[in-house]
Amino acid sequence: MSTYRIQGATGEWEVVIGLEVHAQVTSNAKLFSGASTEFGAEPNTQVSLIDAAMPGMLPVPNRECIRQAVRTGMAIEAQINAWSRFDRKNYFYADLPQGYQISQLYHPIVGEGQLLIEADEKAGIPEDKIIGIERIHVEQDAGKLMHDQHPTMSYVDLNRVGIALMEIVSKPDMTSPAEAGAYVRKLRSILRYVGSCDGNMEEGSMRADVNVSVRKPGEEFGTRTETKNVNSVRFVMQVIEYEANRQVDVLENGGTVDQETRLFDVATGTTRTMRSKEDAHDYRYFPDPDLLPLELDDAFLTECRESLPELPDAKRARYEGELGLTPYNARELTAEVETFGRFETLLSATAAKIGKPEKAVATQVANWALSVAPGVMKSLGDEADPAHATAEAQASILAMQDKGEISGGQAKEIYEIVLKTGRDPEEIADSEGLKQVSDTGAIEEAIDAIIAANEDKVAEYRGGKDKLFGFFVGQTMKAMQGKANPAVVNQILKDKLG
Amino acid sequence: MSDLTNLGVKAIRDGVAGGDFTAREVAKAFNANVAAAKDLNAFIVATPEKALEAADAIDAKRAKGEELGKMGGVPIGMKDLFCTDGVQTTAASHILEGFVPQYESTVSANLWKAGAGMLGKLNLDQFAMGSSNETSYFGNVLSPWKKAGSNAALIPGGSSGGSSTAVAARLAPAATGTDTGGSIRQPAAVTGITGIKPTYGRCSRWGVVAFASSLDQAGPMARDVTDCAIMLEAMAGFDPKDSTSLDMPVPEWEKGLNPDLTGKKVGIPREYRMEGTDQAILDSWERGKEWLRDAGAEIVDISLPHTKYALPAYYIIAPAEASSNLARYDGVRYGLRDLPEGAGLQDMYAATRAAGFGDEVKRRILIGTYVLSAGFYDAYYTQAQKIRTLVAQDFEKAWGECDLILAPTTPNAAFPLGGFDGDPLAMYLNDVFAVPASLAGLPAMSVPAMLNGDGLPLGLQIVGKPFDEQGVLNAGLAIEQRSGFDAKPEKWW
Repeated sequence: MSTYRIQGATGEWEVVIGLEVHAQVTSNAKLFSGASTEFGAEPNTQVSLIDAAMPGMLPVPNRECIRQAVRTGMAIEAQINAWSRFDRKNYFYADLPQGYQISQLYHPIVGEGQLLIEADEKAGIPEDKIIGIERIHVEQDAGKLMHDQHPTMSYVDLNRVGIALMEIVSKPDMTSPAEAGAYVRKLRSILRYVGSCDGNMEEGSMRADVNVSVRKPGEEFGTRTETKNVNSVRFVMQVIEYEANRQVDVLENGGTVDQETRLFDVATGTTRTMRSKEDAHDYRYFPDPDLLPLELDDAFLTECRESLPELPDAKRARYEGELGLTPYNARELTAEVETFGRFETLLSATAAKIGKPEKAVATQVANWALSVAPGVMKSLGDEADPAHATAEAQASILAMQDKGEISGGQAKEIYEIVLKTGRDPEEIADSEGLKQVSDTGAIEEAIDAIIAANEDKVAEYRGGKDKLFGFFVGQTMKAMQGKANPAVVNQILKDKLG
Repeated sequence: MSDLTNLGVKAIRDGVAGGDFTAREVAKAFNANVAAAKDLNAFIVATPEKALEAADAIDAKRAKGEELGKMGGVPIGMKDLFCTDGVQTTAASHILEGFVPQYESTVSANLWKAGAGMLGKLNLDQFAMGSSNETSYFGNVLSPWKKAGSNAALIPGGSSGGSSTAVAARLAPAATGTDTGGSIRQPAAVTGITGIKPTYGRCSRWGVVAFASSLDQAGPMARDVTDCAIMLEAMAGFDPKDSTSLDMPVPEWEKGLNPDLTGKKVGIPREYRMEGTDQAILDSWERGKEWLRDAGAEIVDISLPHTKYALPAYYIIAPAEASSNLARYDGVRYGLRDLPEGAGLQDMYAATRAAGFGDEVKRRILIGTYVLSAGFYDAYYTQAQKIRTLVAQDFEKAWGECDLILAPTTPNAAFPLGGFDGDPLAMYLNDVFAVPASLAGLPAMSVPAMLNGDGLPLGLQIVGKPFDEQGVLNAGLAIEQRSGFDAKPEKWW
């Protein structure tokens, strides 16, 4: 249970949060027309006759958009409705050419599901928590108005009209900004795993309507407000923080919270009234007579299920259980599609190169992928060419390290050169002298010289001063200019010192 | 040469193919009739050059010995509800005045592909809302018919009133119509021509200005049953651009025409015997039964118990859909824009739609908006949908007892222009026999039966099972062969 509370003058208040996330479906074509969905095109260049609502034009559902919504539903373990229907949501606005949005009010394609947010003590989430999902339905996006193109007129860009959105409606199960943030991040991660939405909040591919209410612990739900179109995790958390405190102030000053739609002002971090309940539209929803009910057959559902990738929770469990990674590493590596993608490619390349099972090299590869490699990349800044960061090159470095041919420090140095030049790691190790000496002869020679020069310390060591072992190691490494294989050095020293 | 404009679709097609006359001669003859019939106001736009162009293409094909198509060399009128590439399409409204589509409706494209040519865009009730063609922004269409001994102007029916007048007055051998709640059958009946509304989904709705999507269905209007069969074959077909299109092959209706009804049962629905129906209408119904019996059919009484609820349900469902379908006419992207000085978006909507829509269209938008609004939806729209289901079930049960249903098309003959001024509800009653088949999506046609005492034509309606256009056409043919109906209006225009 979240411990997040608003401390009011009259005591503690609990916050109740529900989110409606609009996620743009990844698909080349719009929900009901063949027009392209590419972001950032010139205004009104990706508009079909259907999108522009020319007379007599009819919508035809795009199977890929439906498929993505179903796969998303399956990824949140939701009930998939083999029979669903499209409804029209009627209202007038210049960015809505049809005068209605085709949506699904009465019979959504996806029913109840759920999503797990992980414990994060620091963020105030003491334990794992299941957040219920009420439904997912598909609907059309609207266009955009541009108010800065003309002194007295607004311009309309219809490129976005008709792009498929999934509206993912949570239950009011979240009780702190941190939980809401974790929910959005987790949902985003799942969508990206499934490939049904690119999750790009800056480009508006994902935006949230944030429902917030407050109540005294144990009491009934308070009146909620809905803040529209919030487009980052941070802003979602800010909205909740601001709205919860505002509502507590209103209530403690004897006022009532109005059920209303609000807008978030990014500049001030505050929300303000957009329209009150009295001004709420009557959307006159009714089944769209241009479209037949959507019926999904078993073959379609089976394909959707079988095409699902391993999902974040399962992957994380497998990383911990099968690969033996630490919970931290497992979580970090599975958070993003790109991260686990790089990791798994590198893991398989490294295991192949070394000739060991993945499990045996997983920790080494995880540490490399999470801290060593990004560290080198970061330290080089613009000097690094990310194109050189191939799995093959990195696997080659890790293999040399695994065999004891190079040290951890040398691995970093080699990787630096790889990132700058794209040269072959083994060639670098050879030609730049970045290899450990494992040649026992050379090491023995050096150790013999050190023992000879430090007879007093040898005596002390043999007399029981074990700590001096490190001194001999240091001296040997220094004599070998840091290139000696530490394991070999240790072994020889132990033999010689007795 | 005899007057080519007395010929129908089949005669023209076969005559052109056989070299009796050229397609150009046919097109010129009809173009001349169109030009000379301005008084009837059947056309919003005449396109004589389109008709000639299509005719020349057919003549050229014939010269090369190529296939001429199902409608090769037949010029037709196109109801101005079908979008035609490069030719103004208005739905007889001010709000779409001057709108020139950059696309061709599937149905019209199919017709051009079959070798037909376009004489022009036919007048209609505004957005196909009306039963008298009095709601057009471009003025009333007049029926070519007059009551015996009267000079009063009569309505040509609606909404396909331009189509019915054009065919009845020999301005076109055939025309497209659309039928939402009788808009093909009623005008056909009151002008003494033949028209069929096929099963919902047979003809693509793509590119047809929408009135009520779940009911709208295109069909042919022509001089006889055979011509309707030929033209329907050319119009119909699966269209992936219309989600409600029937994914079924188009039967060869013309080839399948057979007036022998031996073994067929024809149902007479007792609920269609309504008070206030003209005696002449009842007489025509009796004759229809005799004709069908004579053609070998067995006549059986049937019951369609929810008939009386069909009309009220229709006048909820159709306006509900229309109120939403017509929201796109907002002055933003095309068509009329009325932007008063200093006006904002809402003002622009209000001014544009106030100026752009006629009274009947506004009335239906208001009704539709009302029945869909919060608090009323269940009482009206949901109830109406239930009734629609019950009406459909009535028919399904009836098909256990009969193969076809025979009924009057309209409760009365053509009425005078302005006859229902100020009483839209009385006008709506004109659709009472037509609406049930629309709600159930069934194929239904009107064929001329006889003239009433005033010398005005009356039609008989045949309703068939889903997809059984053939059965409907065959029964129509049986009536046509026995009615001997060959009356045509005296030319006065």
